[in-house]
Amino acid sequence: MRPVVVATESLCCSYNGGMVLENISVTIGAGDYVGIVGPNGSGKSTLLKAILGLCELTAGRVSLFGSYLEAFSGWGRVGYLPQSLAILNPLFPATVAETVALGLLSRKSFPRRLNSADRERVDAMLERLGVQGLRNRLIGELSGGQQQRVFLARALVNDPELLILDEPTSALDPETRERFYRQIAEINALHGTTVLFVTHDMGVIGAHATKMLYLDKKMLFFGSFEEFCHSRDMSLLFGEQSQHIICHRH
Amino acid sequence: MPLIEMFSYGFVQRALLTGTLVAVLCSVLGVFLVLRRMSLIGDGLAHVTFGSAALALALKLYAASSLLVSLPIVLLSSLGILRLTEKARLNGDAAIGIVTSVGVAGGIIVASIGGGFNVDLLSYLFGNILSVTREEVYIAIVLFCVVMLLMVLFYNDLIAITLSEELSRVSGIRTRLISAVLVMLTALSVVLAMKLVGVMMITSLLIIPASSALQIARSFRSCVLIAALQGASSVLAGVYVSFVANLPTSASIVLINLLLFGLCCLARHLSTARRSS
Repeated sequence: MRPVVVATESLCCSYNGGMVLENISVTIGAGDYVGIVGPNGSGKSTLLKAILGLCELTAGRVSLFGSYLEAFSGWGRVGYLPQSLAILNPLFPATVAETVALGLLSRKSFPRRLNSADRERVDAMLERLGVQGLRNRLIGELSGGQQQRVFLARALVNDPELLILDEPTSALDPETRERFYRQIAEINALHGTTVLFVTHDMGVIGAHATKMLYLDKKMLFFGSFEEFCHSRDMSLLFGEQSQHIICHRH
Repeated sequence: MPLIEMFSYGFVQRALLTGTLVAVLCSVLGVFLVLRRMSLIGDGLAHVTFGSAALALALKLYAASSLLVSLPIVLLSSLGILRLTEKARLNGDAAIGIVTSVGVAGGIIVASIGGGFNVDLLSYLFGNILSVTREEVYIAIVLFCVVMLLMVLFYNDLIAITLSEELSRVSGIRTRLISAVLVMLTALSVVLAMKLVGVMMITSLLIIPASSALQIARSFRSCVLIAALQGASSVLAGVYVSFVANLPTSASIVLINLLLFGLCCLARHLSTARRSS
């Protein structure tokens, strides 16, 4: 049996008095490539934040790699690419190499010093993602798509066992988006990295993910895309015709 | 007046040494504060220092001894600003505004109970770098070493939380602790800088060198170095100009900082124009 990487138990989150997540219990195993979909405001990003301990839970618990979040210290095993890179201060004076190197701090203990081996690791990651030419550019000077790839390099530089991506391709054109997901699928296949990502695009899940989580404050579906396409519950939710269109298109 | 003669005066030597140390501290911290949109925290804490100076004077504690009152009050106020932003659902500027007004109000009340404003208290408003005592030089050296040591130890954590608190938390960085370290280091530097440039102009040492560096720096490391260099050179040039032209020293330091900021903006403009042509 594959080890459990992420487990949530009856997770509930509320914001300004309104429930954002209700009773989410899900178990994600090592090597899973899970796409989270749902309508706007369905709690997709909140679920990722709850898993990472970035928002307060109203009820329930989260465990990563078998440890409850309160006691979890293995952050070096987790890579995270947030949705809101747009809030990055354009004046921030760090180079691409300096920004990616910050991803290595999670495996360091105090005082978190970086050495020449770390710099070589950063260079190797930049080369792997095809952004070595941006190495000495300031992060604030890059386009949205370039910044996205640099922050992906930052998330991957530690060779994480769990990669969490929140709408990672929102700033990318369709061609770059496809290349991005192929790259993630390759990382998932080659290294067994568990991937959890939020998207609005069902097609991406059909094409790349091994599992799909459909969320609308509650978890309405969790299983493979094929199971989703044949699910009676989903037929009732979407209507058979819409379900057929979604599944047939992809 | 020849430079050699000017440097032979003890009070000038003390002013230059202390001024350079404080300017370097403020400029380096300023890079993090400006990027985290907390630039005015220095102004807020300077007003608290003014209030605490009034209390120190009321307790008959003068010069270096006044730090016994100022340091703990300003350190607690810096943590108070953080606490207000976290717990009272306030933006940083509102929290700084509250602490600023409390600092000034407290100072005025204590001064009025103590028999009104006097010359010592007014020196905290405008600063007087040329009146730095030998005791204050030693304190500046010790505080400089402490703050720089902590800066070096927490350097990467500070860059990480300045880039993104969210990403830092997922990297296992204790963001609240690092934010507290940053505001406390700022508090220490502000208390020290009060004597030099006073409440009115302390913000300039925290903001202007950092803002200049952000115009031309090509890496985070170079940004910190450029800011430190501008801070130190503005003090050296400011003391010299004020001595030669018989101008107020703190105001001269601020104006030289402004001049350097203008030059950095021009350099950035020229470099952008060259790249796009």
